[in-house]
Amino acid sequence: MIIGLDHYLAVSAILFGLGLTCILMRRDLLLILMGLEMNLNAANLALVAFSRYGRGADGQVLTLFVIAIAAAEAAVGLAIVVALFKNRRSVNADDFRSLKG
Amino acid sequence: MSMPSPEQLTWFLLFAPLVATVGILLFTRRRPMASAVLSIAAVSLSFVAAVKLFLVVASGSVVSIPPHVWLAAGPLIVEWGGVVDRLSVLMLLVVTGVGTAIQVYSVGYMRGDSGFPRYFALMSFFTFSMLGIVLAPNFIQMFIFWELVGVSSTLLIGFWFERPAAAAAGVKAFIVNRVGDAGMILGILMVWGYAGSFDFAVLAGKWQGLGLSPVILAAAAGLIFCGAAGKSAQVPLHVWLPDAMEGPTPVSALIHAATMVAAGVYMVCRVAWLMAASPAMMTVIAWTGGLTALMAALIAVTQTDIKRVLAYSTLSQLGYMMLAAGLGGTTEAMFHLTTHAFFKALLFLAAGSVIMALHHEQGIWRMGGLWKRMPLTFIAFLVGTLALSGIWPFSGFYSKDEILLLALEHSPGLLVIGLITAFLTAFYMGRILWVVFFGEPRDADLYGHARESSMVITLPLGLLAVLSVAGGWYSVVPHFLNPGLVTAVPSDKIMAGFLAVPLIGFLLAWRVYGKAPTDDAVLRRILGPVYRWMESKFYFDEMYGWLVVSVQGTIALVCETFDRWILRGVGVGGISGVTRGLGGVVRVIQSGDLRFYLFMAGAGVVALLFWWMRL
Repeated sequence: MIIGLDHYLAVSAILFGLGLTCILMRRDLLLILMGLEMNLNAANLALVAFSRYGRGADGQVLTLFVIAIAAAEAAVGLAIVVALFKNRRSVNADDFRSLKG
Repeated sequence: MSMPSPEQLTWFLLFAPLVATVGILLFTRRRPMASAVLSIAAVSLSFVAAVKLFLVVASGSVVSIPPHVWLAAGPLIVEWGGVVDRLSVLMLLVVTGVGTAIQVYSVGYMRGDSGFPRYFALMSFFTFSMLGIVLAPNFIQMFIFWELVGVSSTLLIGFWFERPAAAAAGVKAFIVNRVGDAGMILGILMVWGYAGSFDFAVLAGKWQGLGLSPVILAAAAGLIFCGAAGKSAQVPLHVWLPDAMEGPTPVSALIHAATMVAAGVYMVCRVAWLMAASPAMMTVIAWTGGLTALMAALIAVTQTDIKRVLAYSTLSQLGYMMLAAGLGGTTEAMFHLTTHAFFKALLFLAAGSVIMALHHEQGIWRMGGLWKRMPLTFIAFLVGTLALSGIWPFSGFYSKDEILLLALEHSPGLLVIGLITAFLTAFYMGRILWVVFFGEPRDADLYGHARESSMVITLPLGLLAVLSVAGGWYSVVPHFLNPGLVTAVPSDKIMAGFLAVPLIGFLLAWRVYGKAPTDDAVLRRILGPVYRWMESKFYFDEMYGWLVVSVQGTIALVCETFDRWILRGVGVGGISGVTRGLGGVVRVIQSGDLRFYLFMAGAGVVALLFWWMRL
């Protein structure tokens, strides 16, 4: 069996689905952030695959950006989680509903 | 020091009373005497200025005060200025002169009242407003002061606001005047719409030449006349004036006899060109005046409150003035206005003196025999009565005869009305005179305590009495108003006739009331149901009551229903209900649950993807 673009994309889609499921099902903000990372990496995988099977290095460059931004996002996200925990003694997403209309 | 120019004099004269008002309200609210001094000083200085202006105008020189543009919005230009001519100078003299006498009198009348400073502040404010009307050179300025007069009048009628009747009378005066003023402002707008100016001088020059249809001319004149009818208490807007007697007696004398109620007559004279442009409207004015004169005189015969008799008599005399103005007799109207200001102020002040001596008793059937106790007041009242009834050689004789002569010339119907009114005037004044000052004291206790009033009261009475006697001599006033006037000397027969009418009235009053009766039984028996009509003031108040309750009430009910169910229910309620309902539906998804939001976002993406795929 020759491994082609479709396979990579399938893995990427599965990874994305797992990440999304994690975000939707979990209540722990830390785990939600992890699911988010998984989503980003699924996208990375797809980008690299496109780069490999397509033309040029655009996808790989974009992936580098995504990794950098994901690092920044993780830093900010974790900082927010820490701040929330300090205020409310909780990292449960269901405890933060005060923004509802 | 150089002499002040006429313009400076004018502004000084207008604003001195306002300064007094502000001064009293700011600085001397706790010091009654200082307030009185301030107010009287202001009005007497105004009087001095008025005399100086009078001399300037009488010497034949024209005083012109250049107007300033006050506000301009496109074609609407409102100016601020002053008009000093023979008409306004005469009125200035009356307002400040009679005003000074009455304010001095007030010091005695209002002594000890807790609102003493407020009283003088309001009197000064009224004087300011009234002078403003007199000096106004255009409709807008006049209307502003017109309303200020209305306000100060309301405040003074309701001066003893702790008495419900006084407060209600103040409100009534305000509302009835509002009806007239609504017409007036429409008229002003109409005149402006057709002629493009508010200025009397400009309008007087072009109004006739605009070529407007008689209907428009009549409508404009009629609407403006509405305002005059309200202020000068002409039928059917007369109902507020008798009630206005709830105010202090000097207020009744100044505002509701001598000056404010004359404002309507003054305005009609001021805009004579507007009225003269519509002969139909002139007839209406004349007959309104005649009707007012007759009806008020009929009511006055039956009233038992001394001030109310005088109030109806004022209505009646204002009717005479309107009658004259309606017949084109501006000079005659202003002549009667002037003499009436003298003798009616005198009568009110004399009545006030009686009322004060009897501890605020106003019913004539508790008075009697007072001439022995209060000789000066009696003489003053007698002079006022003779002047009001038009007995030679008192001032009222001259001015009233001018009006009757005018009626003789133009309209026999109005002459008859005028003569009947003159007869009734003499009759009800004779009645008052006999019941109050002659006969036996009807209330021994009140009579026992009655004494002559102090100098501060009797001095103004004396001054006004002199004016009431001499105010008409040599026709000074008409000649001043109209230098080119040629007074036609009427035949002796006519004069004797005019003189006989009030004498018959006096005689009849003596026959009925000379034998010291204790009530109106004789008259009541003779007149029967007619007397009841007169006594109930021809049911005007009841009619208005019915009008308000049934007609206005019904309209209000319809409007209220429309407002409640259509506007508020369907209109406002509909919009808010729909918004609120939609909000309720949409609010459900705003759970605040992070994961739910994300699920919705994800589901949305999936749905979009499906949609694209299928396309």
